[in-house]
Amino acid sequence: MRYLLSLLALFLALAAQAEQGREEVVLGLSQTRVSISTNFDGSEVLVFGAIKRETQIPRQPLEVIVTIAGPSEPLIVRRKDRRVGIWINTAENRIDSAPSYYAVATSGPLKEVLRDTEDLRHKITITRAIRSVGAPADIGDARVFTRALIRIRQKNGLYQTLEGAVKVDQQTLFRTSIALPANLTEGPYRTRVFLTRGGHVISTFETEIDVYKVGIERFLYKLSRNQPLSYGLLSLAIAIVAGWTASAVFRFLRQG
Amino acid sequence: MAARSRLAKTRGPTLGIGMMIYLPIAEVSVNLFLLLGLGTLVGVLSGMFGVGGGFLITPLLFIIGIPPAVAVATSANQIVASSFSAMLAHLKRKTVDLKMGLVLLAGGLVGSAIGLMIFNHLKSQGQVDLLVRLCYVVFLGVIGALMLIEGLRAIRRTRLVGAPAYKRRQRNWVHALPIKMRFRTSGLYISAIPPVLVGIAVGLLAAIMGVGGGFIMVPAMIYILGMPTKVVIGTSLFQILFVTAFTTLLHATTNYTVDIVLAVLLLVGGVIGAQLGTQVGTRMKAEQLRVLLAALVLVVCAKLGFDLVLKPAELYSVATLDRL
Repeated sequence: MRYLLSLLALFLALAAQAEQGREEVVLGLSQTRVSISTNFDGSEVLVFGAIKRETQIPRQPLEVIVTIAGPSEPLIVRRKDRRVGIWINTAENRIDSAPSYYAVATSGPLKEVLRDTEDLRHKITITRAIRSVGAPADIGDARVFTRALIRIRQKNGLYQTLEGAVKVDQQTLFRTSIALPANLTEGPYRTRVFLTRGGHVISTFETEIDVYKVGIERFLYKLSRNQPLSYGLLSLAIAIVAGWTASAVFRFLRQG
Repeated sequence: MAARSRLAKTRGPTLGIGMMIYLPIAEVSVNLFLLLGLGTLVGVLSGMFGVGGGFLITPLLFIIGIPPAVAVATSANQIVASSFSAMLAHLKRKTVDLKMGLVLLAGGLVGSAIGLMIFNHLKSQGQVDLLVRLCYVVFLGVIGALMLIEGLRAIRRTRLVGAPAYKRRQRNWVHALPIKMRFRTSGLYISAIPPVLVGIAVGLLAAIMGVGGGFIMVPAMIYILGMPTKVVIGTSLFQILFVTAFTTLLHATTNYTVDIVLAVLLLVGGVIGAQLGTQVGTRMKAEQLRVLLAALVLVVCAKLGFDLVLKPAELYSVATLDRL
């Protein structure tokens, strides 16, 4: 009998979990591709979706978190100090991996919609998304450098924390819009949606937005990286032809 | 790159008029008309004063938020273009001392290569911005001050006597050095060491500061080498053309910092400006022009100097490691 009861308990627990897991995200994006062209001046991505479920809406309120992360790369953060009257970079700290762009939008204050343990597991907030392990001993506090990085990139619009920016309707529909600034790095932008109840993540959804240079921008950038010598020669040729043509045109205009 | 300041960051709607253009290598978005205007302004000045303008365009690019490494490399590329057509004109008039040009060029290539090594080493140390800015403050300060003094003295002299008199020194220490060569076009028989040294100095400046170096080379050719004035400009253009071309290639292959879109925009503005500038220049007195240019150089110098001395609003800067 005891054996049977414990089996029942286990079954119920599984069922409850399955029931919770049955809330799924159906996502829409205003664009899955961002093209950096000559007149690229930033862009706005509209993230919207619905929650699919086959059970009744649980009583605990549903919260939604949307994150968009650009490709990560190692960075160096440097600090200036006054030496002989001028400001010189004197200290530096390497950050192993930081996203080139990171936006997190939530339906409420972060502290309420997300527990620390869940944040640690899914790396949702900006601080968690940056990885910095080995700091040299003479720096003392490596966190100062990480904070400086976040501050600088927030000012550039590259890092954004948008608390309360996700609108949730009837616990079923949600939408938000996230701005992408002009100085974006190329690559796949990992876009994640988290559903939380009581600070626990109950469902996640992941997709990608591709950010790429297009047209002449892409051609020139690729060439400059893959065949720098050809690119250098091309720059010289273009510059010479352009300069010569322009002055020839002017000579013609003045004579004519 | 490290410091992307004010204007490069400001996005379209906030700027109101104008159209933003994305620079593929600098990876910043800048107002198209601002760049064309900058090119035109420097073009006007170069037309008015007969200077290359490299030493003005690079610091102005820093001020509008182009990363210094890109500004230096792109400026070198742009100088290639502006010196090319001018050099052709001098070749046609036979006012180029090719042999002297080649000796200067040999030094220039060595200097440029050394300069690039210094540049890239300091770049890895995070000090390249400082190096470039310091070089500019020192050079603009010295040149601006010298031009101002010279210009003011010339104005006073024309008021007092009339025409200024310059005497070319016939023999000096240059004639005592070994490895003598005959330069027929210049009518000189001097050691090859001074021209090579002058070439190296100019090559260093080209690599580190993105300037042609005419403002150093022309006086050196007249006063140290004793070359006749009529071949000085053509010969210096010859050297500048090839040294800046070499520097452009070195920057393009090691730093990937040559932005062709930026270079062409500056060039177009520059050519238009140079035409306007020549017309303005012919209507003004040479001494007044020189004082004006000196004042301008000193203003740019002061701006860069203050940026180094005043406490920056943000002490920290972020640099990406180049994925090689």
